[in-house]
Amino acid sequence: MGEASCWGFLALAYTFVRTQITVQRFNPDKSPEHFVSNYSIEYDRGTTLLSALLNIKNQMDGTLTFRASCRAAICGSCLMQVNGVQKLACRLSLHEELETRGKIHVAPMANMLVIKDMVVELAPFWKKIKAITPYVVSTEQEVGARHAVPALQNIHELLHNADGCIMCSACLSACATFEASPNFLGPAALAKAYRFVVDPRDEARQSRLELLQEDDGIWDCVRCNLCVSVCPKDVAPMEQIVRLRRLLIAEGFNESVAAAHIIEFTKVVGEEGRLNETRLPLLMLWGHWGKLLRMIPLGIKMFLHGKAPFPFQWPKGYKQVQAIFKSRNK
Amino acid sequence: MKYAYYPGCAAKGATPELHQATLKVTERLGIEIVEIDNFNCCGAGVITEADPDLAYLLNAKTLATAEAMGLDIMTVCGTCQGTLGGMNKALQKDEVLRNRINTSLKEATGLTYNGTVSVKHLQWILVKDYGLEALERAVVRPLRKLAIAPFYGCYILRPASATGFDNWENPQSLEKLIKALGAEPVAYDGRTKCCGFPVFLEKEEIALEMVGSRVSEASIKGANAMVTPCPLCHMSLDIYQERAEKKIEREQDRVETSMPILHLPQLLGLALGFTSKELGMKRHFVSTASIDDILSVE
Repeated sequence: MGEASCWGFLALAYTFVRTQITVQRFNPDKSPEHFVSNYSIEYDRGTTLLSALLNIKNQMDGTLTFRASCRAAICGSCLMQVNGVQKLACRLSLHEELETRGKIHVAPMANMLVIKDMVVELAPFWKKIKAITPYVVSTEQEVGARHAVPALQNIHELLHNADGCIMCSACLSACATFEASPNFLGPAALAKAYRFVVDPRDEARQSRLELLQEDDGIWDCVRCNLCVSVCPKDVAPMEQIVRLRRLLIAEGFNESVAAAHIIEFTKVVGEEGRLNETRLPLLMLWGHWGKLLRMIPLGIKMFLHGKAPFPFQWPKGYKQVQAIFKSRNK
Repeated sequence: MKYAYYPGCAAKGATPELHQATLKVTERLGIEIVEIDNFNCCGAGVITEADPDLAYLLNAKTLATAEAMGLDIMTVCGTCQGTLGGMNKALQKDEVLRNRINTSLKEATGLTYNGTVSVKHLQWILVKDYGLEALERAVVRPLRKLAIAPFYGCYILRPASATGFDNWENPQSLEKLIKALGAEPVAYDGRTKCCGFPVFLEKEEIALEMVGSRVSEASIKGANAMVTPCPLCHMSLDIYQERAEKKIEREQDRVETSMPILHLPQLLGLALGFTSKELGMKRHFVSTASIDDILSVE
């Protein structure tokens, strides 16, 4: 870079531009209704949303309330919704957000009880984390002998970054299942559960697996990938949930309809080469008579609307698929 | 403009109207398609849960077939796009993975995939390859009086590493297409959320809650219909809508609605002059007669 363009770049980086930040506010002491505040601020290429909010609080409006601590994407405190997406305010460049979205609209995390402005009630989040016993259960530790719990050698390959969580709760706030079913254990807790299930030092593996396959556990995830997309630390919670599902099926926890979904789906494709939407529900729900009965009227209606394929088909190419399955089973 | 057409299981099974409308629309637009007649299931993310390499093998077979045809793949299913397209990206990028999959693929089928194929949803082809201006010129019946709520579905948006077309936080391709056809896109939060389809048989109450939320939100925001590039979302929003409404009516104070759900090629087909019957809309559970009424008033 030549000297002139270098100075040009620096000048651009430190050029202050004015923009407006719109904040969704809430103060139950004053009104039961949400209200909106607009703040006109100056920013440059290095300004984060958190630094802008701190400036607003210090210089313009001391009543603006939010959590924040480390300013470096480590403590996970400053999670809020920016233009409808869960983000850490300390990690968000105003310049970049304005480039892609053209506006800054700040609101508290979705699907959480708002206490004041950006501050939400996190007790449900912590309750879910506690429910999965978030520590290594070891009798050696309990007897208090001098045997320290040994460190893991191959920790990175083993945990797939499931231990990278900073508990910011972005994933839970974004989770489609949590929105529809508040008792769902949620992405953060389930990713943490994976972290302890695969830890060879842990002695509670069996009870962990039993808990995970119950209602509100791993089978309720819809695999929408929202948690993976909003996580600021690449924990990829949904991928850990998928690993848990694979592991549970391999260990014989296959009685639920959800486990049958995976097993029978794979079986049907292995036989016919394609998914057969008439045959799959029959196989999945066989033995779960209440659910099967509930599906029969829908099945009849689908048939009448020309939407139910014949339950057995052998489309062109199915033999190649059978050969692929055979090679995997070897 | 020529593609290897991968219909996916749904378009050949429970949503045959999607296949029907696709053939009509691509022919009218002059997009040449050659169906991969021996196509197999992409695994829909479900087979990956059982055995990731098995899912890679199934998709590598499809990709190798298209490669031998010398064509890029066109999909019409958001879930297929996410799965087949995502695995294609992984196979192209990771040589170790490609070699491992190719060794088994060759042994089982004699095929090998060299990583030269692109996988594109019809939605993306229209926005980028075909072009919005060309599409506008092809419209013979602008859908001026229709307010359409776009519903993307998860797989065509996320994870970004598997898709890479729209920005998942604020996708615009459906909105652009809706505008090009002369209709008004409806803005609502649920457009990028889940339809509930993956848990229907196991957790119907969760799925119905999702269907109900998406449909009532679109309705409150004034939509005459919803459009989706994914037949699984279509099944969820169309087939289960009646059950979802009953639940919502009972539990919450949301509007009762009967919301027609359209496959993307059906919406295109209406603007290209096809009738709802020609586009297979009679197969839907939720009647699309209200759309015909609005269009005929014009």
